[in-house]
Amino acid sequence: MDRLFPKKDRLSFIVIAVLLLVILPLGLDVFRLNLVSKYLTFAFVAIGLVMCWGAGGILSLGQGVFFGLSGYCMAMYLKLEAAKADIGCTRAQQEVGECIVQSTPGIPDFMDWASMTELPFFWLPFESFPLTIVMILIVPTILAYFVGLAMFKRRVGGVYFAIMTQAMAAALSILIIGNAGYIGGFNGITDLRTLHGWDIRTDDAKVVFYFVTVVLVLMALFASQLILKSKLGRVLVAMRVHEDRARFSGYDVANFKIFAFCFGALLAGIGGAMFTLNVGFIHPTFVGIVPSIEMVIFCAVGGRFSIYGAVYGALLVNLAKTVFSEAYPELWLFAMGAMFIGVVMAFPEGLAGLYKVYIEPHLLKLQRSGKPPSATEPAE
Amino acid sequence: MENAHLQGSILSVENLTVSFDGFKVVDDLSLQIKTNELRVIIGPNGAGKTTVLDLISGRTPATSGSIKFRGQELRNMKEHEIVHAGIGRKFQTPSVFEDLTVFENLEISFPRGRNVFGSLFFRRDKEVQDRIQEVAETTYLDEVLHSESGSLSHGQKQWLEIGMLLIQDPALLMLDEPVAGMSKSERVKTGDLLRKIAQGRSVIVIEHDMAFVKDIAHWVTVMHQGKVLSEGEMDVVQKDPKVIEVYLGHS
Repeated sequence: MDRLFPKKDRLSFIVIAVLLLVILPLGLDVFRLNLVSKYLTFAFVAIGLVMCWGAGGILSLGQGVFFGLSGYCMAMYLKLEAAKADIGCTRAQQEVGECIVQSTPGIPDFMDWASMTELPFFWLPFESFPLTIVMILIVPTILAYFVGLAMFKRRVGGVYFAIMTQAMAAALSILIIGNAGYIGGFNGITDLRTLHGWDIRTDDAKVVFYFVTVVLVLMALFASQLILKSKLGRVLVAMRVHEDRARFSGYDVANFKIFAFCFGALLAGIGGAMFTLNVGFIHPTFVGIVPSIEMVIFCAVGGRFSIYGAVYGALLVNLAKTVFSEAYPELWLFAMGAMFIGVVMAFPEGLAGLYKVYIEPHLLKLQRSGKPPSATEPAE
Repeated sequence: MENAHLQGSILSVENLTVSFDGFKVVDDLSLQIKTNELRVIIGPNGAGKTTVLDLISGRTPATSGSIKFRGQELRNMKEHEIVHAGIGRKFQTPSVFEDLTVFENLEISFPRGRNVFGSLFFRRDKEVQDRIQEVAETTYLDEVLHSESGSLSHGQKQWLEIGMLLIQDPALLMLDEPVAGMSKSERVKTGDLLRKIAQGRSVIVIEHDMAFVKDIAHWVTVMHQGKVLSEGEMDVVQKDPKVIEVYLGHS
């Protein structure tokens, strides 16, 4: 246990767990708690990036693709449920705003607007909740697997890989925007109401989703911790620092890169699905190049070598975004660019690096000096 | 007679050629390495020595020719498959995983759990620990076993890389300039190390340092411009006028 979960990491894990499970829920109202949930859905992506970029050295500028795919999977399920609820709507009910009459009832509204009369085949799995969960987990992972297979087996890496993933992000957002009838186009998938008949727009639901998100983040951290501390994690580091040496130590490096990339995609996907639930819609702007780069910045600010740092990075950068873009909406992108440059130049290991240099030694010292004389907790 | 010779050889390279943009870096080279032999390859810069190791270890694809290891053709195999077949290779510049400790470097090289899920469920059991301890002692690294390998001296990194090969227990070990950049006392220790690890396996060493070559070599191959210029015992080779000319002409 000590090797898989050393004391330092256990401390970081507990601090995050206490912060998210106790302090924030006690201190924040539902509106703000819901904002934190939204930020946390990006923490999944950032943790995944620590795994592929920090540990394995694979920089993906296309994590928005995986985030978006699963976000859309979840939204498609919720949208179908909302559309089904409107079957049998009468003119009288529409007058009072209870529901909307469609020329083809039971299909999403944007399909009806595009004069479609039938649900496209790829929507069929999303009539079932269990199948939707499966799709949320496997769609991003399988896409990452095939992209990884195509790239890494041919030894495409570094900048070329980053550019490829960015192209992928651009392609998917264009695909979505261009297919308004099939997938909602530029408007995204909106007006999501219930999950299994349970209204997701209420405060209660928001609090529940907050805790579900937190528990999933903690599980993602736990799984990543175990992977990083297994030999697999060390092989990832090994291939980052010396790819050829890893090959000549008998490893098929491509397979390890594929694994890291798939794992990152899986986490991004879980984040995307939780995003849809927490926010109540999904939109193609969460899929493209800009959000994908933002996600890398969350990870870089938090510290790309630390899964715990990544959580703080996602929380703080998103908080900054909310605060800053309310005051100066047009300046946010510049501020973010400046933040990225600042982090890379001044503290390349991000917040986690600062913590490691300035705080952790003191904590360890306190712990050491506090232990022998008494069992009481060292003050300050 | 010819046949008997082949049976004793672990590695048999025949008519191997590789050309980059039409320039033949290795030109119709043939080489036989016997079981348990320690062979030194020398030659001036640009003779193609390192490229030969690249070809055998699968890092560079050959243009033509054949490389047979224990009768198995290596030409279409990937690097890690060649490692699994029993060939270990050390690079010219010390190549260790600097972010990991000496122990972890050796552990990664331990020949078990080398696929994705094998390494996820790899257990650091007694067998692994004992073997790492043993190799660390052999390679003079037992005192720094838990230091980060990036903090090692140049010579220690060279030993660590040799240790990483040793723990794989390869049948053929290929070392590219193992004493480059070492102090005199480190060279002596490396010479001892090489003699020790050459027991029961075949070793190919590429080396520039003549004093060191004399110290360890049984049989020397001299390469020049991608071809074998001369081959034989060190004393004999050194007196070969062709060899003398090549070395003097280039120095």
